[in-house]
Amino acid sequence: MGAQVQVLVKKNSYHDSVTLMALSGKVTALSQVQEAVVAMATDMNKELLQSVGMLTAEAASCGANDLVIAIKAASLEACTEGIKAAEEMLVKRKTGKKTDAPRPATIRSAVKETPAANIAIISVPGEHAAREAREALQNGLHVLLFSDNVSIEDEKMLKELAHSHGLLMMGPDCGTAIINHVGLCFANKVRHGNIGIVGASGTGLQEITVLIDRFGSGVSQVIGTGGRDLSEQIGGIMMLDALDALGQDELTEVIVLVSKPPAKSVAEKILDRAKEIEKPVVVCFINGDTAQIEAAGAYAAHSLEDAAWQAVQLAKKEQPLTANQDDATPILAAATKAKLQAGQKYVRGLYCGGTLCDEAQNIVKRSVGTVYSNIAKQEVYRLPDPQESREHTFIDLGDDTFTVGRPHPMIEPSLRLARLVQEAKDPEVAVILLDIVLGYGAHSDPAGVILPAILEARKLAAAEGRYLKMIAYVCGTGSDKQNKVEQEHKLATAGVTLAESNAAAARLAAAIVS
Amino acid sequence: MGNVKELFQQKLTALTIGTSIFQEDLEQQGVEVIQLDWQPAAGGNMALLKALDKLAMNERVQEANARAVEIMLSANPILVDIDAASKVIPGMTRYTILHSGPPITWERMCGPMQGAVIGALLYEGLAGNEEEAVALAGSGKITFAPCHEYGAVGPMAGIISASMPVHVVQNQTHGNFSYCTVNEGLGKVLRYGAFNEEVLTRLKWIAEELAPAMKAALALSGGIDLRSLIAQALHMGDECHNRNKAGSSLFVRLIAPYFLKADIPRDVAVRVLEFIQSNDHYFLNLSMPACKAAMDAAHGIPYSSIVTTMARNGVDFGIRVSGCPSDRWFTGPAQMIEGLLFPGFTASDANPDIGDSAITETMGIGGFAMGGAPAIVQFVGGTVEEAIAYSLQMYEITTGENPNYSIPNLDFRGAPTGIDICKVVQSGRLPIINTGMAHKKAGIGQVGAGLVSPPRECFNSALLALYECIEAEEVSGSNG
Repeated sequence: MGAQVQVLVKKNSYHDSVTLMALSGKVTALSQVQEAVVAMATDMNKELLQSVGMLTAEAASCGANDLVIAIKAASLEACTEGIKAAEEMLVKRKTGKKTDAPRPATIRSAVKETPAANIAIISVPGEHAAREAREALQNGLHVLLFSDNVSIEDEKMLKELAHSHGLLMMGPDCGTAIINHVGLCFANKVRHGNIGIVGASGTGLQEITVLIDRFGSGVSQVIGTGGRDLSEQIGGIMMLDALDALGQDELTEVIVLVSKPPAKSVAEKILDRAKEIEKPVVVCFINGDTAQIEAAGAYAAHSLEDAAWQAVQLAKKEQPLTANQDDATPILAAATKAKLQAGQKYVRGLYCGGTLCDEAQNIVKRSVGTVYSNIAKQEVYRLPDPQESREHTFIDLGDDTFTVGRPHPMIEPSLRLARLVQEAKDPEVAVILLDIVLGYGAHSDPAGVILPAILEARKLAAAEGRYLKMIAYVCGTGSDKQNKVEQEHKLATAGVTLAESNAAAARLAAAIVS
Repeated sequence: MGNVKELFQQKLTALTIGTSIFQEDLEQQGVEVIQLDWQPAAGGNMALLKALDKLAMNERVQEANARAVEIMLSANPILVDIDAASKVIPGMTRYTILHSGPPITWERMCGPMQGAVIGALLYEGLAGNEEEAVALAGSGKITFAPCHEYGAVGPMAGIISASMPVHVVQNQTHGNFSYCTVNEGLGKVLRYGAFNEEVLTRLKWIAEELAPAMKAALALSGGIDLRSLIAQALHMGDECHNRNKAGSSLFVRLIAPYFLKADIPRDVAVRVLEFIQSNDHYFLNLSMPACKAAMDAAHGIPYSSIVTTMARNGVDFGIRVSGCPSDRWFTGPAQMIEGLLFPGFTASDANPDIGDSAITETMGIGGFAMGGAPAIVQFVGGTVEEAIAYSLQMYEITTGENPNYSIPNLDFRGAPTGIDICKVVQSGRLPIINTGMAHKKAGIGQVGAGLVSPPRECFNSALLALYECIEAEEVSGSNG
């Protein structure tokens, strides 16, 4: 029964963590292998090795540029096989590129070789990110900094540096932008148009652009700022610069700003600047106060959907009306209510998109009062154990608790399968809400990945005589590589109810349980 | 926001640093993507990063480096003479033994080096047999010192003793001299630690017959321009470290007429020329001091982070940096060479990296110029494509390109020259050295050839030391 452990160390052999995570998974999947860790020997990974009893003295003495291949298996032969397989997979990637010229190792040498380079997309581990971003700015590149875990002091330093050079500093923790109609990182393929957007939230930007596309307009530029841009410390440096840039951009006629509610002084600064721009500005501070926005003469939107709707009307030179809440909701809700058992009272939202999760839970909260979440700001509403739901619960599966050592669920949606089945077993659950995020950067078939879990959830509920309502919103367009129509079709044939927007999905859920 | 306005009108060209998952989607949208071969700068070490931040963008450092490289490129090494070490190398005494690599004590020396020391003591008549030689070597009476600290270089064990003849190279641009022994050929030779009768007899012959003849020929020639020979050899498939076929041939072609013109007995001239032409590596002992003459001239420039020495003694790998004192070696363990073994040998027979021959890489040839030496590739176990890739990668860690030493396969691009420790630490890329493998037991000889890199810690500790030098300078500067 005793498991054997074998560890191979490769000094000075750096590999990207996402690659290694995928590789660890593939090696673990080999028969006989019980556990496989293929990782750089960072302090965090060494802790991980320690916790699974695979930290040898040799591995412990390694540093962040050293690769560790650790295999736990029933026999030593199986360990050796596992290590061999891991090595082969690492090499395979390399030989595929063998005929290519060697790639530059530093930003400076890359810019020297390719003077046309104008933007750097940086996704290195947080502790190294600020340094690389600074080097990119110093070499005249605009930056999209995807990495998180960058200190607020570094963020400020970077944004001030970018500001003084007249460069974009999107991020840290920025996952979405569309520059010159090119989707960077996570972005959807949407129509070209005259609406320019600045946003501090990734899936918030995706949702607005997707809905603008659906309502028949398009975007000029979409600039991400990173989630902390509108904090007191940063003071909205990037949003102010982006606002100016869109103000001067001839192809932009309407501007949309989207963010979680900012610090009050920062909101003032932003709104003052918006006032100076002679273009209509729609502002969506998600779940924030609208009075301040209206007082500043901007158009206040109460949801992402509303922001898109107002922007589209303005883009067509119409006087904007706030989006109507869809009439079908009460009818659909009533039809569902009739099928539920008395004990089925709660909504469980399982989200890949952080802002989508945020928006949906706020909508449900307005109807039902209390909602628990792993990302709630207030301690009382935060789940003590994110693995266990209680009453109405909304889970952001992209949060760090779920993604340590694993890719984001938008890249690898299988993270959500077990949780979906777990929720279906709970007899108090009436509705399960899901988002399916499409576009560049996202998994090639997220609906297909979750389908087996949906079918199992239905079976489990049916076996216990319960009706379980599953509502999904597919955030994407028909032009996305995953094709929204096909993704929706897969869900619909599994009995999932589809919503027109993230807000609409949440409204339907709220109507069913209130 | 002028740059943003410009950006909105440009086609995007993106560098991606970190995960490669976005690359494909960007390319599908028609964006040119350059995915960096990135690793954390300085391995994420905070002390190193601090030093790097101070030095990498420092104007004085950049100016000093430009100067160091300019000196390297303008150096003009001429082979002017051959004579006994004690006569030409300043400071050389009867009891001095020079060796390759950084300083090392007798006790710590590897097998081949100890063997070569024994051979040298027997050759000098300081010991009558092996036991006496070992006792003398360990007695403290012998001054062991790196060749590099005496203006000299030696391949493998690199042993130079007082009466051994050395080639004398003068850097006519900067006036300094460098020295290197005569290459003895392959097999049982002193530089691999052999010290039997055959070895000692050959050394004596070199001193008594080859050296005087060569001295006469060189005197007539007025000096041999080694820079020109290296430049030509590079165009003929040598990289002048592991492959010296072309260089040796060119040298024979140049020197042979002077053997006929000089008043040398015919049978002597025949023996000497036959000895030279039968050794493909004769020219190694000329390309090495040629590089050494240039590197010594570039040493001692305050603030410069250019590497002026890379050398190994079979136990430690050491480097020296222009802006640090010349007795300051930065060392780490000599690495095992990866490559091909001759039939009959296994990896466990090989000694760790040894010899001063990495002076060629320090100057930008050897492994750095491998892209232009396709014939060497099979010998060290690789493909031509890989060789070109190695050369291209070396531009990442160097400051200049040497127009004198151009690489045909890279469209005659100048060899990557002037290793900058800042660039090494930042990029994580280590210099690539193309070298021979010695047997770990004295006297067996070469067991294979391959590629090796210095240990990273040499560059890390050098960076910290240079940082301290500069900090100290600035403090005293601001006080004065």
